[in-house]
Amino acid sequence: MAARIARDIPEGAYVNLGIGMPTLVANHLPPEREVILHSENGVLGMGPAPAPGEEDPDLTNAGKQPVTLLKGGCYFHHADSFGMMRGGHVDICVMGAFQVSATGDLANWHSGAPDAIPAVGGAMDLAIGAKQVFVMMEHCTKNGESKLVKHCTYPLTGVGCVSRVYTDLAVIDITPDGLRVVDVVEGLNLTELERITGLPLLAPQAR
Amino acid sequence: MIDKRVANLEAAVAGIKDGSTVMIGGFGVAGLPNELIDALIAQGARDLTVVNNNAGNGYTGLAALLQAGQVRKIICSFPRQVDSYVFDELYRSGRIELELVPQGNLAERIRAAGAGIGAFFSPTGYGTILAEGRETRNINGRNYVLEYPIHADVALVKARAADRWGNLVYRKTARNFGPIMATAARCTVAQVDEIVELGELDPESIITPGIFVQRVVQVKTRVETAGGGKQ
Repeated sequence: MAARIARDIPEGAYVNLGIGMPTLVANHLPPEREVILHSENGVLGMGPAPAPGEEDPDLTNAGKQPVTLLKGGCYFHHADSFGMMRGGHVDICVMGAFQVSATGDLANWHSGAPDAIPAVGGAMDLAIGAKQVFVMMEHCTKNGESKLVKHCTYPLTGVGCVSRVYTDLAVIDITPDGLRVVDVVEGLNLTELERITGLPLLAPQAR
Repeated sequence: MIDKRVANLEAAVAGIKDGSTVMIGGFGVAGLPNELIDALIAQGARDLTVVNNNAGNGYTGLAALLQAGQVRKIICSFPRQVDSYVFDELYRSGRIELELVPQGNLAERIRAAGAGIGAFFSPTGYGTILAEGRETRNINGRNYVLEYPIHADVALVKARAADRWGNLVYRKTARNFGPIMATAARCTVAQVDEIVELGELDPESIITPGIFVQRVVQVKTRVETAGGGKQ
């Protein structure tokens, strides 16, 4: 999934990779392609993890893991950092999700469990801020239920904010006409994918 | 002569009253002014409202302030962490109030306070449970939620260096909330690794102009960096 997402991130893009699985996308960006990574705690031009022993507690990513700064990178305060996001300056944000609805609603911050201690962080700002929001998630839950749903049952992070979903089975665009399949993994056809998803899917457009 | 330097940590937190709203800089432990927090614990002000991105890690710093029972309410975006033991226990037993704010709204509410803005409309959180019951508006086809500024009595921030006028420069991503919190509090206290002579900080590189800072205290922190150097 990470490699497939990396293919869709063009040269020159400003990109925020969410905490967890989305950070893996960075490992698949070819070194000759200049992509500028934003981390909402206040860095542009974020580089890979430092070598062991080279960690600096004052240089971390949004997941509070040690990172490095590339040449040309810079630091800024939180209001500027979220201004970049909310102001639509960041091209692509990649996030995980519990559920995505057919109209692009995103649920990824709260399990909905009544005794859970809520924590939202930057999820809601990232969801509505970037020009394109890519979601990276397993197609189905462990119980085999599709995570692409008609309406989210988990608490929402943002309304109508998701552009495209990358799963272990397919790449699907959220469009005004509905869910349009971009790619399906080998050995799976559209009918079967539609059955697993439980929602009507539009066939890929000719390229 | 303007001299915002104070002699020690005790003087840095002197006069903080019970019931104050205290902003504390930092994102996780990066930029967290641990020594000022320890001084606030010793100073003993109670019934505090604390504004920070998180709600403490482990048993030191902000977590220690919570454990000391001095905090009535916390305003933050991400309280639950793998090592937020103290907050989790207080929250589950109903001994601390939580106002959960999306991180960008938290930053902008702090910035708005410092900039004299009465309120603003943010798209973040629209349609979610965090915006339930709140005033909303559709502006040019997009939906927004009304957000109010967060003012503070005191801000405790950590910076790399200061001069006696209170000008500050930061270090890497430890900058995070420091510059905006400094603007939003009536009394901003900065703990710094180093106090330099006036004129030594490059005027083009000063991040927080001294007008936003009331007290500066030098604290030698022992942070091991690349190559084991002290910073």
